[in-house]
Amino acid sequence: MTARQLGPVLLTARGLTRVHGTGPTAVRALDGVDLDIRLGELVAVMGASGSGKSTLLNIVGGLDTPTTGSVALAGDELSGLDARARARLRRRSIGYVFQDFNLIPALTAAENVSLPRELDGIGGRTARAEARAALREVGVDHLADRFPDELSGGQQQRVAIARALVGPRRLVLADEPTGALDSTTGEDVMRVLRARIDAGAAGLLVTHEPRFAAWADRTVFLRDGVVVDGTGRRLEPWSLQVAQ
Amino acid sequence: MSVRQGMLALLAQEPMHAYQLRQQFEARTGGTWPLNMGQVSTTLDRLVRDGLVEPVVDTEPLGYRLTEAGHAALREWWTTPVVRTAPQRDELSIKLALAVTAADVDVPGLVQAQRTETMRALTDLTRLKADLPAEGPAGDDLAWSLVLDNLIFAAEAEVRWLDHVEARVSRAAGAQRAAAAADATRDATVEVAR
Repeated sequence: MTARQLGPVLLTARGLTRVHGTGPTAVRALDGVDLDIRLGELVAVMGASGSGKSTLLNIVGGLDTPTTGSVALAGDELSGLDARARARLRRRSIGYVFQDFNLIPALTAAENVSLPRELDGIGGRTARAEARAALREVGVDHLADRFPDELSGGQQQRVAIARALVGPRRLVLADEPTGALDSTTGEDVMRVLRARIDAGAAGLLVTHEPRFAAWADRTVFLRDGVVVDGTGRRLEPWSLQVAQ
Repeated sequence: MSVRQGMLALLAQEPMHAYQLRQQFEARTGGTWPLNMGQVSTTLDRLVRDGLVEPVVDTEPLGYRLTEAGHAALREWWTTPVVRTAPQRDELSIKLALAVTAADVDVPGLVQAQRTETMRALTDLTRLKADLPAEGPAGDDLAWSLVLDNLIFAAEAEVRWLDHVEARVSRAAGAQRAAAAADATRDATVEVAR
């Protein structure tokens, strides 16, 4: 790996607070969280159940709105957009990777990956070519015509990573992407995710497994909706090789 | 100790001289447990004394090979599980055991600082792992990769244990507060009844 600097800030979150309910039973799921993610950077979020990890991921992904605070994606303020514009920005800029892969069973691997591009309004031929390229990036282009139930868990997750970053998408939000995989396959998936991010994307990874969080450039620890350590000793960008 | 058995295992493959032994031991374990030449020579002397290794005459520098007894000792090592001995004195365990019983220590802060440090170490190890080929590393790469995995899993276990400590300490503090509140309520009720 060659030395490389991180790119510009892709995602900025400031003062994110999310309160569920009102009055004495109100729960502050997030309480004043700031977060920046740069191009080329993978940030892991760790914390116990109920610490606010999923809420943070949902707000950053535009699936939930903060009670107060703001999220900007490549300079576009999500809160300044109406629901429809927010959905469009979300669809075109952000990809998701889930624990259970969430591929559409009736579509082949290539069709699963080209679908988001067709929804973007791209012609079928171009979308299919982009899907093939995206599958090649994660090393499973030879499985393009297989259906999800003909693929192993690790292969399905590679397809899901390809789908998340197809076309112009640069931000991948991964919610326990290794949760359904054995140790070795989980490591293979992290290696692929890392390579895709190094090649020009950014990622937020929610995981409860320290071994997989260690593939990130840095780890943000949440406790009761508050970042207890977001900086720690911030490491050099991943690609600066550590002397063996 | 593993240096002794490690040398038997290396000499079983081919006769080697002391410097080769040191080089091979470090190559297989990625330099995780560096040896100095003094340790190598002392271990070789003891192996010769115990009849497990013998010098190969007429080589320069002097080479060593396994005797029959050496091969037997090595076979026994391969087929006997390593016994988990009593835990070594671990500074972190001792520190936390003392911290939770001390009055003026910020235990959550201590746990968090340690977790950040252990995650940093875990990330460094993972970066070394990432530099190895993904598909089927063979030979020395595989050996070194497995040693790295051992260190990675150990660091991960420490982070998980720190999560557990944090949860237990937080629960204990909650129980203590609840007990104190119940005492206060009971005292107030007794006062009113009077």
